[in-house]
Amino acid sequence: MARMISYKQAINEALDLEMRRDPTVILLGEDIVGGAGAPGEMDAWGGVLGVTKGLHAKHGNRLMDTPLSESAYIGAAIGAAACGMRPVAELMFLDFMGVCFDQIFNQAAKFKYMFGGKAKTPVVIRAMVGAGFRAAAQHSQMLTPLFTHIPGLKVVCPSNAYDAKGLLIQAIRDDDPVIFCEHKALYGSEADVPEESYAIPFGEANIVRDGKDVTLVGYGLTVPRALAAADTLARSGISAEVIDLRTLSPIDWDTVIESVENTGRLVVIDEANPRCSLATDVAAYVAQHAFGALKAAPQMVTAPHTPVPFSPALEDLYIPSAEAIVAAVHKTTGPVKSAA
Amino acid sequence: MTNNPFPLSRDDLLTAYRTMRTIRDFEERLHVEFAKGDIPGFVHLYAGEEACATGIMMHLTDIDRIASTHRGHGHCIAKGVDVHEMMGEIYGKATGCCRGKGGSMHIADLSKGMMGANGILGAGAPLICGAGLAAKFRGDGGVGLTFFGDGAANQGTVLESMNLAAIWNLPVIFVVENNGYAESTSVEYATAVDSYVDRAAGFGLPGVTVDGTDFFAVYEAAGEIIKRAREGGGPALLECKTVRFFGHFEGDAQTYKAKGENEHNRAHRDCLKLFGARVTAAGIVADADLALIDREVAALIDDAVETAKGAPLPGPRELTTDVYVSY
Repeated sequence: MARMISYKQAINEALDLEMRRDPTVILLGEDIVGGAGAPGEMDAWGGVLGVTKGLHAKHGNRLMDTPLSESAYIGAAIGAAACGMRPVAELMFLDFMGVCFDQIFNQAAKFKYMFGGKAKTPVVIRAMVGAGFRAAAQHSQMLTPLFTHIPGLKVVCPSNAYDAKGLLIQAIRDDDPVIFCEHKALYGSEADVPEESYAIPFGEANIVRDGKDVTLVGYGLTVPRALAAADTLARSGISAEVIDLRTLSPIDWDTVIESVENTGRLVVIDEANPRCSLATDVAAYVAQHAFGALKAAPQMVTAPHTPVPFSPALEDLYIPSAEAIVAAVHKTTGPVKSAA
Repeated sequence: MTNNPFPLSRDDLLTAYRTMRTIRDFEERLHVEFAKGDIPGFVHLYAGEEACATGIMMHLTDIDRIASTHRGHGHCIAKGVDVHEMMGEIYGKATGCCRGKGGSMHIADLSKGMMGANGILGAGAPLICGAGLAAKFRGDGGVGLTFFGDGAANQGTVLESMNLAAIWNLPVIFVVENNGYAESTSVEYATAVDSYVDRAAGFGLPGVTVDGTDFFAVYEAAGEIIKRAREGGGPALLECKTVRFFGHFEGDAQTYKAKGENEHNRAHRDCLKLFGARVTAAGIVADADLALIDREVAALIDDAVETAKGAPLPGPRELTTDVYVSY
């Protein structure tokens, strides 16, 4: 029987299961419990959007609320990881990386290499990404390309509740630093999620819809958008295959190339800004490695080269839409209605 | 038998001298070898500051962790990192402690509790809070110490970390090695307070300033602070006022220093000379004991340099290994 739970509940469940399994797993972050030292109740919030709600009652002081000092506590999580713990630090919004990025990209990402292979840094940094919350330019960005660029980091961005649980469990068990990106617009989305523990390996993309005319590649919120576009395209006789990358570093090139070799067309959808993005990365890789299979130039559907706007009228234009994906597919198939 | 007026046994005094002499010779020799052009990259020498690292590290064991700086050779040696492996690393050789992938600014030996020299100023402070947190969860009595200079003392990471360590009562010590210069900028210019201990008070931390050229002053102050942290008494700040015999990096002409400043410091503020004079005057150690150590250390450094020069370079496959545990 289906057990429908939300993306948010799936993340909570993954944290709970791993904390039960491994005593070295600790959680750090601003308001992840909520109400620390305040006169009211503890566990007042469980994170700003309630993702960690209830974990304090189960795991006590292994959850630590932090002062508003991202450099200090993200760095402390990294230092503790280098000393044998498996900390999961919550950065709240990935946009806050600006005040602690050194600890992530110059410290955590480089220890293993700089120290000649002798260090391991099994830290997970959870953070919300993405637009759609009317949260404006400093709380809505999809900064995944910045992290994907850095050798030594792994970057994960689940598109559904099932993947969120399995990928987070893998992230906690993984011996490398992982940036775990949670799309805030997906927190309420539900899927059939098994109660037991399971890990989804990194670097394995998921073909969420089979098709033969065009390959749509996305991650996070762009996956449901691509699926909606695929429904529309099916009505005009175009069969779209939809690939959910799930992890951006490592990335599953084989699945993408194999699909494009079958379909001959590629549309990459990325909620990040367009320059030096996952969209350009995937398009370039396909152009280099499957050029002979391409029947049309690869297309990219991305956010514009702008900050995220506040006004709903503008923000809705900012996020890649199913309509924009359909239009991009039509550019690859030409004005003729349907693919050969 | 002469009565020992020092808080260390004769053996420990000789160990302290050997450590300081090893650091001094290591750095003096690098100064010479760097000028020959055989050493790649940037090298920042610790000579003049030996009493700080040594006086502190005498209280530590391998379960205790330190986070060091770009000027980290002295911390490494005092924490027990192998001198041959360090020299190999500085020469970029496969025999280096980081297999030639880190260099002078990233020497690390986690098995010795040495969490790395660091090319980013102030970056060690958050990391050592994590080491302290891990020690607290494990309950193993370990402490963490982060070293930084008077320059990095102005980094936000250091200030954030002092607050974090204070509210979580972490077994963490913040060590300011105040040599008067942030690269070429004087501490008087860059810092508004007279003493970093004033800042500790602002974070609710106890703090103490000592003469960092006086091994015994460092040793005694560090001993109290470390014991207190180990017993759950929480973090503290230790400021060691010291001197830097060389420039910020090798090749620095040091024109920002006063005329005769280095000569004055070498004549009057040399921690090795001061230490030697005190222990011999007290009759605990003979000049000949120190001279023997001097000869042994000179031979060790000679051998480390010759071995490093003759060691193999990393092979081309090393370029792409050690990025991830698995990928």
